Amino acid sequence: MALAKRIIPCLDVANGRVVKGVQFLDIRDAGDPVEIARRYDEQGADEITFLDITASSDDRETMVHVVEQVAAQVFIPLTVGGGIRKVEDIRRMLNAGADKVGINTAAVFNPELVREAAEKFGSQCIVVAIDAKRVSAAGEPARWEIFTHGGRKATGIDAIEWAKKMVDYGAGEILLTSMDRDGTKIGFDLELTRTISDAVHVPVIASGGVGNLEHLVAGITEGHAEAVLAASIFHFGEYTIEEAKQRMRDAGIEVRL
Amino acid sequence: MSSSVAVIDYGMGNLHSVAKALEHTGCVERVVVTHEAEQIMAADRVVLPGVGAIRDCMAEIRRLGLDEVIREVIQSKPFLGVCVGMQALMDSSEENGGTPCLGILPGEVRFFGEQLRDPDSGAALKVPHMGWNQVHQERPHPLWAGIEQDARFYFVHSYYVTPAERSYLAGTTRHGLEFAAALAHDNIFAAQFHPEKSQHAGLQLYANFLKWDGGI
Repeated sequence: MALAKRIIPCLDVANGRVVKGVQFLDIRDAGDPVEIARRYDEQGADEITFLDITASSDDRETMVHVVEQVAAQVFIPLTVGGGIRKVEDIRRMLNAGADKVGINTAAVFNPELVREAAEKFGSQCIVVAIDAKRVSAAGEPARWEIFTHGGRKATGIDAIEWAKKMVDYGAGEILLTSMDRDGTKIGFDLELTRTISDAVHVPVIASGGVGNLEHLVAGITEGHAEAVLAASIFHFGEYTIEEAKQRMRDAGIEVRL
Repeated sequence: MSSSVAVIDYGMGNLHSVAKALEHTGCVERVVVTHEAEQIMAADRVVLPGVGAIRDCMAEIRRLGLDEVIREVIQSKPFLGVCVGMQALMDSSEENGGTPCLGILPGEVRFFGEQLRDPDSGAALKVPHMGWNQVHQERPHPLWAGIEQDARFYFVHSYYVTPAERSYLAGTTRHGLEFAAALAHDNIFAAQFHPEKSQHAGLQLYANFLKWDGGI
């Protein structure tokens, strides 16, 4: 009897619609976040993460309505990230029904936001998203740095030090994305995942690079992650969440089935 | 069908999900999210939710005069405390350097610690305790009706309840140590997990609460 390792599908949302083509075979409206969230809930997803990639801040109100609608019908935890800059943004998402809010770039520019938010709303709902890229040359001891703006801008901040600092500031969870692996389908950066997971006492969600179910297993067993996040392998119907959990269970990992 | 349930609103956390989950059961005519004493007193059943830091929660409960309202309704109405709403019922919490709570149920709220380990394997365990864990039903209770023994519920917390006596335990969970996943005493039930985030088992527990007359 133990805590189950989690599988978290991640949906990109722009202007209230799921984008980057979710392709379930029999779905009526592939862009409807409510219907897609319900499908993942039925498949046994442990949580759902929405990433708001809406370009204009004027349209962010739309995301609040998406969260409200999903939270009224899907009774598993919801995380919302993207465009969170102020305490007020966090309050609105939590009031709409989000359980956790992901803070990424804003934390880099204003770490105090994490501290303030954790004090106000509790660490349990503050997820700090870290986009890390390997900066050491081959043969050198591994080193990763934080990047912002979808991996385009270097900050010079060491990823491990940053993760520890964010936990000190009150982050209740770390969503760790390898920018080297994101979109490659060759698997997580396991060394990065393990290094950060072992360095902090809060749960780490591994993200970036999943191409098959073995990658999910490795994220837990070799990366020491508490949860694994993936998008395309589920969206395109290559695997169901249930198949992923079955594979994890076969590998001796505790899951909710 | 239960005619009304009041969800006590003291400005802390996600009441939307609690209210929506109660409505979703189809077992209640009216869900009222409120901090008005009259509305809470008028409801057939009362839910005390809560997330966040206990000191702020207790401060808001007292500022709004809800401590007296809770003491009043908890005498007779079926009452459900959830997460920090469970912790608030205890004597005191270690959180925020020691916080006195309502003292309605005897016991303490303690910190898991940042060096938590599995006593068998020695493996480091994460704090907060976040995710789906099994709840062992320590005794039969109307709120467990239709829920499998050792079913998984969603938890997210760094502090856990230790009741003064085991007789209060309705359910236990292990995360490095055994703690109270649920307490029961007369017309009071309290859960550390979030039924509103625990899919089928959670909705079943809410449905059971809305049908419960407060007896055992």
